[in-house]
Amino acid sequence: MEANTRSTGRLPAAFLTPGSSSFMDFLSEHQPEMLPGKRQLPPVQGVIEAPHGTTIVAATFPGGVVLAGDRRATMGNVIAQRDIEKVFPADEYSAVGIAGTAGLAVEMVKLFQLELEHFEKVEGAQLSLEGKANRLSTMIRSNLGMALQGLAVVPLFAGYDVDREKGRIFSYDVTGGRSEEHGFAATGSGSIFARGALKKLYSPDLTEQQATTLVVQALYDAADDDSATGGPDVARRIYPIVTVITEEGFRKLTDEESSEIARSILERRLEQPDGPRAALL
Amino acid sequence: MSTPFYVSPQQAMADRAEYARKGIARGRSLVVLQYADGIVFVGENPSRALHKFSEIYDRIAFAAAGKYNEYENLRIGGVRYADLRGYTYDRDDVTARGLANVYAQTLGTIFSSAAEKPYEVELVVAEVGETPEGDQIYRLPHDGSIVDEHGSVAVGGNAEQISGYLDRRHQDGMSLAEALKLAVEALSREPNGGEREIPAERLEVAVLDRTRPQQRKFRRIAGRQLARLLEAGGAETATEAEAEAEAEAEDGDDE
Repeated sequence: MEANTRSTGRLPAAFLTPGSSSFMDFLSEHQPEMLPGKRQLPPVQGVIEAPHGTTIVAATFPGGVVLAGDRRATMGNVIAQRDIEKVFPADEYSAVGIAGTAGLAVEMVKLFQLELEHFEKVEGAQLSLEGKANRLSTMIRSNLGMALQGLAVVPLFAGYDVDREKGRIFSYDVTGGRSEEHGFAATGSGSIFARGALKKLYSPDLTEQQATTLVVQALYDAADDDSATGGPDVARRIYPIVTVITEEGFRKLTDEESSEIARSILERRLEQPDGPRAALL
Repeated sequence: MSTPFYVSPQQAMADRAEYARKGIARGRSLVVLQYADGIVFVGENPSRALHKFSEIYDRIAFAAAGKYNEYENLRIGGVRYADLRGYTYDRDDVTARGLANVYAQTLGTIFSSAAEKPYEVELVVAEVGETPEGDQIYRLPHDGSIVDEHGSVAVGGNAEQISGYLDRRHQDGMSLAEALKLAVEALSREPNGGEREIPAERLEVAVLDRTRPQQRKFRRIAGRQLARLLEAGGAETATEAEAEAEAEAEDGDDE
């Protein structure tokens, strides 16, 4: 059957059979071996070494949500990549950030993007934000076998809910369990430190600019205490990826914008290494 | 025992072609035109939900005249083909030429298979390039042949007359408003030589806009934006720039 997508012959019957609007459903009927979840993994001793992505943070503000990630991928105690991208647009109104096994996660994002786009083209309408979040849940669940062998993917999903007119964040566990987070969220190895920073600095009435600064502050704190999370790399000009999703849609901050935020934070940290202080009471 | 009666292959094919052509002719025509910044699709369609034009992939769109359930089936097949191909290889490996070939094979096989009823559809597959020279437009009649078109195409019932009209008036580098105006003029022509008015709410308009910053270049034009463009038609480029700016602002509620 696979040859049919490569040659220029007639569309195979499966392509013209009325069915669901899901690309994953179509693949699982037509070419199940293409789905990451259907892959067989031979029994292995111990944990498989593969590059891991680390910290993703998100925060809502009135009118939208920001999602940001550091740039480091590690393999054991080695830095595997310094400029990896872990935050991707899922569609016009949502984004997904990934922590965990980088290779699988990037593949999952690609399939997730395609799933949303396919639905939109076939139906002529977008899925609801809730529907998108559920679809991601299904994909993580299908990866459970590999997750149990150490190849886990733990995304953070954020989007602008057009119906409710606000930004929303969903976090996941390796079994596909989904929970909506209110205000802010973090995932990955540096997330405990990032969450501490978010908790102290977050307030529900931030402006968009304050929210983007907040997430970079949190990533800085994560990098400060977690060796697997990379801080802003001034020498190589590698800065965190920061994305904003509002009514206007998805927008990724340019290198200039994110470097400006990172540099201003760095400057302040040179004077006050532990970052902004909250009042005791 | 009854003797099976003989029909010559020529006659059988001619009958099937006539059957398909009649089916297509029952629907309204639609036109596809190149303009300076891309390709515009214009057709008469009283329905807001059942589209004649759709996005297939980043730079590729689909237009069809004829029987709705048949072309809808082909459209979804095309979306599946494009998405699977892009997923298997790369987004750049999905091309209008490849898609048109697959459609041609599919239509051709159905047309010449005695067991199946020929599809009563005529398709256009278009891909917008980085420059106008890179644009590709393929017309696919019911029998599975492919015609590589330039400038303007019309398909559907009154297609010959409309494309004759378009051929004489279409120019390279027209603005969107000019191309739209020409398209509506062409569609308004009756087979008997008369003319009729097509109100804006019965028009379905979509573009493949190469200037769009997004990867996906397909965009529908409706409502206020369409009304403005129709008004602007002619050489008023200033109003068109304004409409374009509004188009960007309205991008969100396209779908």
